[in-house]
Amino acid sequence: MKSRLRFTLQLSFTLLVCLFMIVPVAMSVMAGLTENYFVGLESGLTLRWVNEVWQLYADTIWLSIKLALACLLITILIGVPAAYGLLRSRRRWANALEELLLLPVAVPGLATALALLLAYGSYREFRGSWLFILVGHVLFTLPFMVRAVLSVMQTAKLPQLEEAAASLGASFRQRFFGVVIPNCMSGILAGALMVVTLSIGEFNITWMLHTPLTKTLPVGLADSYASMRLEIGSAYTLIFLVMVVPLLVAIQWAGRLTEQRR
Amino acid sequence: MTAASKQPSGAASYLSRPSTMVGPARRKRFIALFALLPALVIFCAFWLLPFSRLIMMGAEADPSSGISAYLTILTHRQYLISLATTVGLSLVVSLVAVAIAGVAGFFLARQRFFGKSILVAILTFPLAFPGVVVGFLVIMLGGRQGALAQASLWLFGERWMFAYSLAGLFIGYLYFSIPRVITTVMAACDNLDQSLEEAARSLGANTWQVTKDVIVPGIAPALLSTGAICFATSMGAFGTAFTLGTRLSILPLNIYGEFTNYANFAMAAALSVVLGVITWMALSLARRLAGGNLGASV
Repeated sequence: MKSRLRFTLQLSFTLLVCLFMIVPVAMSVMAGLTENYFVGLESGLTLRWVNEVWQLYADTIWLSIKLALACLLITILIGVPAAYGLLRSRRRWANALEELLLLPVAVPGLATALALLLAYGSYREFRGSWLFILVGHVLFTLPFMVRAVLSVMQTAKLPQLEEAAASLGASFRQRFFGVVIPNCMSGILAGALMVVTLSIGEFNITWMLHTPLTKTLPVGLADSYASMRLEIGSAYTLIFLVMVVPLLVAIQWAGRLTEQRR
Repeated sequence: MTAASKQPSGAASYLSRPSTMVGPARRKRFIALFALLPALVIFCAFWLLPFSRLIMMGAEADPSSGISAYLTILTHRQYLISLATTVGLSLVVSLVAVAIAGVAGFFLARQRFFGKSILVAILTFPLAFPGVVVGFLVIMLGGRQGALAQASLWLFGERWMFAYSLAGLFIGYLYFSIPRVITTVMAACDNLDQSLEEAARSLGANTWQVTKDVIVPGIAPALLSTGAICFATSMGAFGTAFTLGTRLSILPLNIYGEFTNYANFAMAAALSVVLGVITWMALSLARRLAGGNLGASV
């Protein structure tokens, strides 16, 4: 009897927390789809605001996708070898280097962006191009790729597999592309999903680095919250959610995948 | 060419040179360095060098006070108050988030019931919301046209709102902290040995005693670690504060203001370095307590 009461109490508390998390999201989604939020639902449902957002901000969405994909490509090209290098280095060195690479995540994005601006802001061409933002995104997402790949490498018995391949005469290149890469595919996948999600949502660095011609989705969001009517901000948020929620589901799925392998 | 054809023929050579199988230690180290090189070059060129310059810039004289910007922060009330506000707010948020999400997370980890996975999904998916979106959600709750304002207008005939104040920041920071704590607490509870609780119970301990003496000490490192991550994230949360109003005096907004409004680069640099050192220390503590979680900033 007493434990039944305790269960009910804890359940209601958890439900309250859930309400706190979901109510504002639901309100925002509704506001993005109603004709007039101040009148309420009786004003009717519409896609007018979503349409308007698309006309105003479509280029920010495309730029965010372009940035996320470029960022993914670079983090794979430099992050996977880096994880392998950390695996192969002496433990003390590997820890120190990983700690270093983690600094752009440990320090607020605002500080990283300020450092970049003060150091490279005077190079006009570079400052005005989307590559300037890309640099910030790569710094911020690289540790997530390295960590995801490295943790799979550590559990996959890679040294033994590599030694076996080497004893059969495989060259380093053959070992790297034939043994190392296939064995840490699940780590690359988990890291890739993380990198894309973080890059699409990154605001703190991007806000400082953007120019009127290089606005990303979150920059556009901040812009619309400040200067547009509530329905437009809500519809824009809705578009963002539609882009990010599938990625989140995929991250959880990939996490379960790597857990099963262990 | 196939791999096998490269191999020196015969088992004799295979046995006589075991050290060349993966290459000598020096070559191995060279390969490791070579693999790390691209990442290190980019890191040094675009982070280490610029940030070192930022640290030096913070030592330059602040235009208004005439002394080094670091010293100005330590000697001027305005900066000390904003530093204390930011640290205090982040500490309170972390404590409240750990308390709330600790209870909910433990409940979800231990009980099985219909619809549980939906609750877990609701509590964890806001993990990827950027700070700006969280700020907007706070406006949805406590802004001029928010839920509270509409309810109070209907009940009492006046608009109540909290979004554009420290209370709004508190709610926003709580919003992005809760999912972080929930995921950590659930994982820690899964790893906790349930037989300890059963043993304590069979020895006559009541629920409160089991919670206080077995469960909380068992997941204490995880609680501390996730609390430190929430603290660091709240300290640097620029997006949420930016959406809710730029007049509040907290560190991220101060940095932004000094840089864009006053072009006071020395002060902006010094404040960024101070903020960076605080969040870095908190995250180092978190990693030492429970490795694995990187703790992304919002």
